[in-house]
Amino acid sequence: MRQILTFSLLFSTIRLSTPLVLAAIGGLYSERSGVINIALEGLLLAGAFTAASVTYYAHSPWVGLGWAIVAGAAVAAIIAVACIRFKADQVVTGTGINILFIGLPAVLSGALFLSSGSTPQIPKENLLPDLAHLLPFLPSWRILTDVSIISVLALVVVFVTRYVLYHTPFGLRLRAVGENPEAADAAGVAVNRMRYVGVIMSGALAGIGGAYLSIGQSSLFTRNMAAGRGFIALAALIFGKWRPVQTMLACLLFGLADALTIQMQGVAKLPSGEDIPVQFIQMIPYVVTIIVLAGFIGQSRAPKALGTPYQKER
Amino acid sequence: MIELRNITKRFANVLANDSVSFKVAPGTIHAIVGENGAGKSTAMRIAYGFYTADSGEILINGEVREIRTPHDAIALGIGMVHQHFMLVEPMTVAENIVLGAEPGSAVSLDLRKAGEEIRRVSDEFKLSVNPTATIESLSVGQQQRVELLKALYRHAQLLILDEPTAVLTPQEVEEFFAILRSMREQGKTIVIITHKLSEVLAISDNVTVMRDGKVVGDLKTSETNAADLARLMVGREVLLRVEKPAAKPADVVLSLKGLSILGRDGSKRVDNVSFEVRAGEIVGIAGVEGNGQTELIEALAGLIPASYITGTISFVGRDITQTDARKRKELGIAHVPEDRHRRGLLLDFSLAENTILGGHYRRPAVQANGVLLDQKGIQQRTDQVIRDFDVRPPNAALPARALSGGNQQKLIIGREFELPPKLLLVSQPTRGVDIGAIEFIHRKIVALRDSGCAVLLVSAELEEVTALSDRLLVIHKGKIAGEVDPTVTGNEEIGLMMTGGKH
Repeated sequence: MRQILTFSLLFSTIRLSTPLVLAAIGGLYSERSGVINIALEGLLLAGAFTAASVTYYAHSPWVGLGWAIVAGAAVAAIIAVACIRFKADQVVTGTGINILFIGLPAVLSGALFLSSGSTPQIPKENLLPDLAHLLPFLPSWRILTDVSIISVLALVVVFVTRYVLYHTPFGLRLRAVGENPEAADAAGVAVNRMRYVGVIMSGALAGIGGAYLSIGQSSLFTRNMAAGRGFIALAALIFGKWRPVQTMLACLLFGLADALTIQMQGVAKLPSGEDIPVQFIQMIPYVVTIIVLAGFIGQSRAPKALGTPYQKER
Repeated sequence: MIELRNITKRFANVLANDSVSFKVAPGTIHAIVGENGAGKSTAMRIAYGFYTADSGEILINGEVREIRTPHDAIALGIGMVHQHFMLVEPMTVAENIVLGAEPGSAVSLDLRKAGEEIRRVSDEFKLSVNPTATIESLSVGQQQRVELLKALYRHAQLLILDEPTAVLTPQEVEEFFAILRSMREQGKTIVIITHKLSEVLAISDNVTVMRDGKVVGDLKTSETNAADLARLMVGREVLLRVEKPAAKPADVVLSLKGLSILGRDGSKRVDNVSFEVRAGEIVGIAGVEGNGQTELIEALAGLIPASYITGTISFVGRDITQTDARKRKELGIAHVPEDRHRRGLLLDFSLAENTILGGHYRRPAVQANGVLLDQKGIQQRTDQVIRDFDVRPPNAALPARALSGGNQQKLIIGREFELPPKLLLVSQPTRGVDIGAIEFIHRKIVALRDSGCAVLLVSAELEEVTALSDRLLVIHKGKIAGEVDPTVTGNEEIGLMMTGGKH
């Protein structure tokens, strides 16, 4: 047990939770406005691929990050137009985007880098920095220095979102539009405009999460590197009852499950002394997701208008 | 204050408003009456910017104004309270009221300041609403006052109220009218859309009558009466009073002994109730809504699990306390539910499918082989119900959603009456139904009684239960507060019993 519960488990949890938090909070903006965003997985991949490709050419992670945000927002804008303007089914649209981004990066990387799905390695100095690089005067405690700047950003995003949601007119309108669009409309709120903003915000934030995957946590884009994180973020959003801080805590729980998986491989033993087969350990995050969702989802109350396009009679 | 000039609005093939023109004088209460589908709500929704008119113009204080969205209407001092409240349930009163007109800056929402302002307006009109309560914790009457506050908070000078009393108890209606009168005294102009003539006469200064999308009358309330208004609304003479011969009660059909029903939260909803209903009589249950009527009727229909029920229910001498809903229906118990959208119809299914609902597993809906649906039998049964109960439009293939409330209700009543029943449980038979259809439904219920059926009637409309019932039970907090003869006891005394004032 001592081998498992270490400081590195904590860092690992923070590292693994970061993309989840960004994607889940992104999803929160969309879903609170009443649009289901099942495309978080695809948005993460769009951000990750764009960040890695742009950084490779521009030699700057900041340019890469900026374009990842733009890419996420642009893909989300497609979802928004389909679901809001044309009232397409939100789940089907999102699923389409997810499938698209399993294939599209492979096609593009073939054209750009003559590879079948990956981007070239990016040198370490061009990756998104840890706090230690940005603030060299920090005391050299690992808990401060080894954390990525994006993890800090994710934390800031959570608390800014909480403030925005409950203490600004924008947040009030966003929540109202997701709960009862007719009421919001009657009160003079432009329902569909709020929904566009919500969905596009989700793309921008998931884009940051994607950038972290490719140019923060690793040093290149690999095929399907989101590996279900978009869906786990969605689960965290539901488990967190569509509230920012609870959603972050849910992401940390899933991040911990992921971190344990890594820590336990080759360490956890069966009573007979043999290693627990790695496949079983790798199941942990998914099993945790299922248990959490099966056990708690019923108690969570979704925004009431979630999934229904707003049709104004004319 | 506001004037509509030649407003015309067409939805697909329906001409909802046909050159509608009328004027509302400032500082008055102006009623707009008409049957469902007469175009009253459409006209006012155009005035509030929810719909845009195809042609015509709206004048505010003598000037032609363009109202394209609710936002424009609000800016012109128009507020509207919709029939279905436009409130966000999980949010607080204050959040709902400021929504769309938030105080403070874009980055900070000052709900405390808003709360003070809300309290001030609330006190001014004696609305007594707590700004920090969430909407879902409020009663329907309180929610309506939040709607009023929402308009007043935006400095509305003209308030449009769409069927505001439909959801209120008689007591709440009185309080509500008092609020409206105090608003008029403070110089507000009020337009009230309704189809209840007693309310028009009680509250309004002027009245505009609409029928089939047209204005058919513009009168001073003091110079008209209920019969004249009803004739204008329906376009023919209407009997406002139910004509029925004296009842000839025969054998006991339904008998309750010590019936108690628990709610889901474990509280007693119906408390030790015993009574009988005989063949050939209508027994009415009067009471303020939420005093156990819903549970009582649902328990009798077999819709509440037996584990929530104590006491016995006997039907023609047989104990049916443990019998399920389908079996009860087979025995001859028909049920016209209080909420036709929740319990009565599948709105997206056709009239034909809705007509066989509940009888879908036996003839005439199923062929002799017992497996396949019998389309011919279903068609015949549906045509029969449509013909006998005057369901319009008479098209069995239409979805139930396409019908007006009155016609939906006629379809349900037709379905249940064709059983044919020995006992009819009927709850709120004419809620949201127009005058013409009300008269029809009342006549059908009396005819069923005269054919020897026992009828148990629940209605929130005191006038309806007193007019139809041969015997009247008053329910209060789940207990029978007393039995009266509605031809002898006055409505005031019954009203007192309903609120627990007298035994």
